[in-house]
Amino acid sequence: MSTVTDLTSLTAAQMADGLAAGEFTSVELTQAHLDRIALLNPVLNAFLHVDSEGALATAADVDARRAAGEELPRLAGVPIAVKDIACTQGLPTTAGSRTLEGWIPPYDATIVTRLKEAGLPILGKTNMDEFAMGSSTEHSAYGPTRNPWDLDRIPGGSGGGSSAAVAAFLAPLAIGSDTGGSIRQPAAVTGSVGAKPTYGGVSRYGVIALASSLDQIGPCARTVTDAALLHEVIGGHDPMDSTSIDAPVPPVVEAAANRDLTGLRVGIVKELTGDGYQAGVQARFDESVELLRRAGAEIVEVSCPHFDYAMAAYYLILPSEASSNLARYDAMRYGLRVGPDGVDSPSAEQVMAASRDAGFGDEVKRRIILGTYALSSGYYDAYYGQAQKVRTLIARDFEAAFEQADVLISPTAPTTAFRIGDKLEDPMAMYLNDVATIPANLAGIPGLSLPSGVADEDGLPVGIQILAPATQDQRMYAVGAALEALLAEQWGGSGSVLDRAPDVTTGVTTGASAEDAK
Amino acid sequence: MSTYTQDVVSYDEALTRYDPVLGLEVHVELNTATKMFCGCAQSFGAEPNSQVCPVCLGLPGALPVVNARAVESAIRIGLALNCEIAQWCRFARKNYFYPDMPKNFQTSQYDEPIAFEGYLDVELDDGSVFRVEIERAHMEEDTGKSTHIGGATGRIHGAEYSLVDFNRAGIPLIEIVTKPITGAGERAPEVARAYVAALRDLLKALDVSEVRMEQGNVRCDANVSLRAKAGDDATAPEQLAVPLGTRTETKNVNSLRSVERAVRYEICRHAAVLDSGESILQETRHWHEDTGVTTSGRPKSDADDYRYFPEPDLVPVAPTRERVEELRATLPEPPAQRRKRLQADWGYSDLEMRDVVNAGALEVIEETVAAGATPAAARKWWMGDLARRANEAGSAVTELGVTPAHIAELDGLIRDGRLNDSMARQVMEGVLAGEGTPTAVADARGLELVQDDGALEAAVDKVIAANPDVADKIRDGKVQAAGALIGQVMKEMRGQADAAKARELILGKLT
Repeated sequence: MSTVTDLTSLTAAQMADGLAAGEFTSVELTQAHLDRIALLNPVLNAFLHVDSEGALATAADVDARRAAGEELPRLAGVPIAVKDIACTQGLPTTAGSRTLEGWIPPYDATIVTRLKEAGLPILGKTNMDEFAMGSSTEHSAYGPTRNPWDLDRIPGGSGGGSSAAVAAFLAPLAIGSDTGGSIRQPAAVTGSVGAKPTYGGVSRYGVIALASSLDQIGPCARTVTDAALLHEVIGGHDPMDSTSIDAPVPPVVEAAANRDLTGLRVGIVKELTGDGYQAGVQARFDESVELLRRAGAEIVEVSCPHFDYAMAAYYLILPSEASSNLARYDAMRYGLRVGPDGVDSPSAEQVMAASRDAGFGDEVKRRIILGTYALSSGYYDAYYGQAQKVRTLIARDFEAAFEQADVLISPTAPTTAFRIGDKLEDPMAMYLNDVATIPANLAGIPGLSLPSGVADEDGLPVGIQILAPATQDQRMYAVGAALEALLAEQWGGSGSVLDRAPDVTTGVTTGASAEDAK
Repeated sequence: MSTYTQDVVSYDEALTRYDPVLGLEVHVELNTATKMFCGCAQSFGAEPNSQVCPVCLGLPGALPVVNARAVESAIRIGLALNCEIAQWCRFARKNYFYPDMPKNFQTSQYDEPIAFEGYLDVELDDGSVFRVEIERAHMEEDTGKSTHIGGATGRIHGAEYSLVDFNRAGIPLIEIVTKPITGAGERAPEVARAYVAALRDLLKALDVSEVRMEQGNVRCDANVSLRAKAGDDATAPEQLAVPLGTRTETKNVNSLRSVERAVRYEICRHAAVLDSGESILQETRHWHEDTGVTTSGRPKSDADDYRYFPEPDLVPVAPTRERVEELRATLPEPPAQRRKRLQADWGYSDLEMRDVVNAGALEVIEETVAAGATPAAARKWWMGDLARRANEAGSAVTELGVTPAHIAELDGLIRDGRLNDSMARQVMEGVLAGEGTPTAVADARGLELVQDDGALEAAVDKVIAANPDVADKIRDGKVQAAGALIGQVMKEMRGQADAAKARELILGKLT
C-alpha cells in the first residue's frame, strides 16, 4: 500500500486532525479517495457519478484557506459521498431511477449546502434502490452495488452505495437517508456505522421524497465519532423544511466522547430478538449486551407489543405517501419522456402514462399501486387510517419502554448480507429485513447501528441498533461510542471490524486510473 | 364562435313548476406578496414562468412552507363571514394528474378547513336582506395556467399543443363554499349575483385580494339544481322538505352579470330537461359569455376519488385564540353597515347612494368629505363632471389626477366666495391639465370673484346708465328684468363678480 492509499484508512476525525496539523493536504486526501474509487468502483458500483473536478476544486480551496490561516470547520477538507437522493446543483441526481436519468438539479439540498459551507469535498453520488425502495440496492436502475465483504452479496439498501463506499474506504463519510432502515441496515451488513437522527433533526429540503413522514437524512461512517461529527454538520433547523425541529442539534459529538455507562439503563426489546434472527446475529448481540452489563449498564427487558403490526402499518403508510410524492414524475417538466407505441400525436395523458411505465421499475410500480389503493375512497379508513392508529400505538410502546430504559437495543437486521438475487422475487422476504429498523421511523425516534462483530457461520458483519427517545440523539451516540470502545478492546488490532474484511483490491486490475471511473 | 341548440323553457315558466337551489363556490386569490408555499412573487402580468422556484415547479426534493400572511387572511375572511375558526387544522393533498399541476396533487384542505359554519347577509335590489349560510372557507394553492394553441374552441380538445405558465402555480387561494341556498325562489339568480357582489365588497374591505373578477382574482363556480315546487312560498317548510334535485356545476363564471345569467340559464335548461321526463346529468358545465349558454364539461360524481390524505410535509395550523381575537379586532366595518352609516351621515337619497355605490365612488367621496368638502359637493364633482371625464377617457375616476384634497379645496374656495361655479369649473380644467392645486390654478389664471364692492357698484351704475329702458322696467316692478342687467355687469367684470351680489345691488338701486 502506498502512503496515499494509507490516507483512506484513517477515520474522518483523524483526517480532520491531520489536515489541521498540516500532515497532508485536502487535495492529497481527496485524490487518494478518487484513486481508490477509480480502482474499486468498477467492481463495487457504489458511485453512480464521480465528481473528481468538483471535489478537487473544493479541496484546493480549503487548502488555500487553511494556508491563509483561516479558521475552518472541523471537517473542512475531509471528502464525502452523497447518496443520489439529495439534489446537487450541477451534478446529476437520479434517485436510482431511470426516470431521472440525466436530470441535473438547479438547486442544492439544504444538507448539500451545509456540506459545502463546511468545506467537505463531494466525491460523487452513491447508488441506491430506486427512490429508496428496497433493502439491497438491487432495485437501482443502474445495477446493484456489491458488498465489499463478498462481491456476490448485497450491501443493504436502500443506501447500499453509501455504506459500501464507506466500508471499502472509497469515502470516510457518506450521506444516507433512512425511511425504514436505509441507513442502519446497510451499515449493519457492511460493518460500518449509520445513524438515523430524530425525525425533523436534519432538513429534508432538496432530498427526493420517498415517504415524507418517515424519511430522515443521516450520516454514514466507519466510527461512531465520525458519524457524530457529520451529524453536527448537517443537523439543525431549516426554515425550508416545515417539519424541521427548531432547536439546536443535540450534543452528539460531545456524547460520543463521553463513554461512561455507569447506571445507564439499557432496554432489550423482547419483540426484536430471538425467533427470525440468524444465530450469529443473535450471538453477537448477546455478547454486546454482556459487555454493556460488565461496563456498568443496567440491562432490562422491555416489551413493545404493537411492534408486531409495525411492518403492516409501514407498508401502508409508505406506499400511500410515495404514490403521491412520485406523482410529479410525469415527463411534463423534467425527466424521461417517451411517447406511447403506435400513437401518432399522443395526448399529454398518454405521454405521462408511457413515460411512467418506462421510467419506473417494478418495485416502484408495486408500491405506487399499493399506495393508490390504500388511499382510495372506501379503503382509506381500513388501510391508511388504521395504519396511522398503529403508528400512534407504536409511539406509545416506545414512550412506555423509555420510562424503563434510557436507550433500547436490538440487532439492526435479522440476518447478515444475503446473496444478490436471493430475495428479488420475494418482496415479503426482502421487506422483513427491516423489521427491527422500521419502528423507529414510525415513531420518529433516532436510531444508530454499529458493528457488533462477524457471524461465526458466514464471517459476515453484524450490526447492533441503539434507539433513543426523540430529540435525545446524543444518548445513542454515547452508548454507541462506549460499546464501540469495549468491542475494540476485545478485538484488538485497529479495533475495527473492517480489519476482518477480505482485501477487496485482490484480483482487481491494478493500474486503473481515476479517468476510468468517470 | 360555436352555436348550441339546447332546449330551455322561459324563466317564468320554469319557476311555476320548480324551486331552484344554489350552491356557490368562490375561489379568491389572495394579494399576499408571495405564494402560498414558497417565496416567489405573485404579481399579475409578469413574463410567463418568471415567478417560479423548485417548490412551485414541483421539482424533486422541494418542500412547502406555509405563508403565514395567507393564513392570517384566511382567518380574517372566516371571521368576516361569521365563521368558527379551527383550533387546529391541516392541509391535505388532493391527488389527480393534470399537466399544469406541478406535483400532480394540489395542496388544499379537506375535512379540516380553517373556517367553517358562517353566514353572509346579502342585500338585494329592493333593499331586503337574504342570509347565505357559509359551509366552509379553506386554504389551497392555485394550479398553473394552460393555454391551448390551435383548434377552434381554445379548449384542450382539438388543440395542437398547450403552453403552461407556472407563475400562477402556488398562488394562495381561499375557497369559500356556501351551504345549499334554499328559499330564494324566483330571486335565485339575483341572490347569486348579490352574494358574489357582497363577498367581493367584503374582500375588498378586508384588503385581502385585488378582487378583480376580470383578472380571475375572484372565480365563481355555480351549482344549480331544481326540485319540485311545493307552493308559492319558497321558504315554507313543505318546500324545504322536498329532496334536492341533481345539480350541475358551472365553472369559472367571472363577472357578476354572468353569475346571474348563468344561474338563470341553468334553471331554464334544467326545467326543460326535467319537463321532457329526462334526468339531469351530474356534470361540470362551461359558461359562454358571448352566447349566454352553458355547455357540457366533464361528468362529475360525488365519488370522484382524489385520495385525500393529510399533507405530511406541513405541520398543522393551530392559531391561538388570542391571535384569532387580535385578527378579529382588525376587521373593517361590514360593507352594508358602512353604506347605511355613510348614507345617513351624508343625507343622500337611496337612489343617489345606489348610484355612488355602483359607480364605485364610495371611498373617494368618503375621503373627500373627510378632507373638508360638503357631502353634496363631493357627490356633485365625483359623480358629475369627473365621472363624465373618466367615462370619456375610459379610465377610473380616481385616475384623472384629481384628488379628494383637490375637491375639498375647490369646494372651500366656492364656499368662501372666492370662486363661483363657472370659475370653479375653469379651475378644475386647470387641475385636470396638471397645472397644480385649485388655489394655484385660480391664482395663475387670475380667477377670483371681485370682492371690491366699489368696483362692482361702479359697474352696476354704468350698466344702469347704459340701459335706461331696462332700469325703468325694474322700477315698474318687473324684477325678472334684472337678469339682463346682471349679465352685463358680469361681462363688465369679466366674469369675476358675484352674481348674487350684483343682483342685490341692482335691485337696491332700482326698487
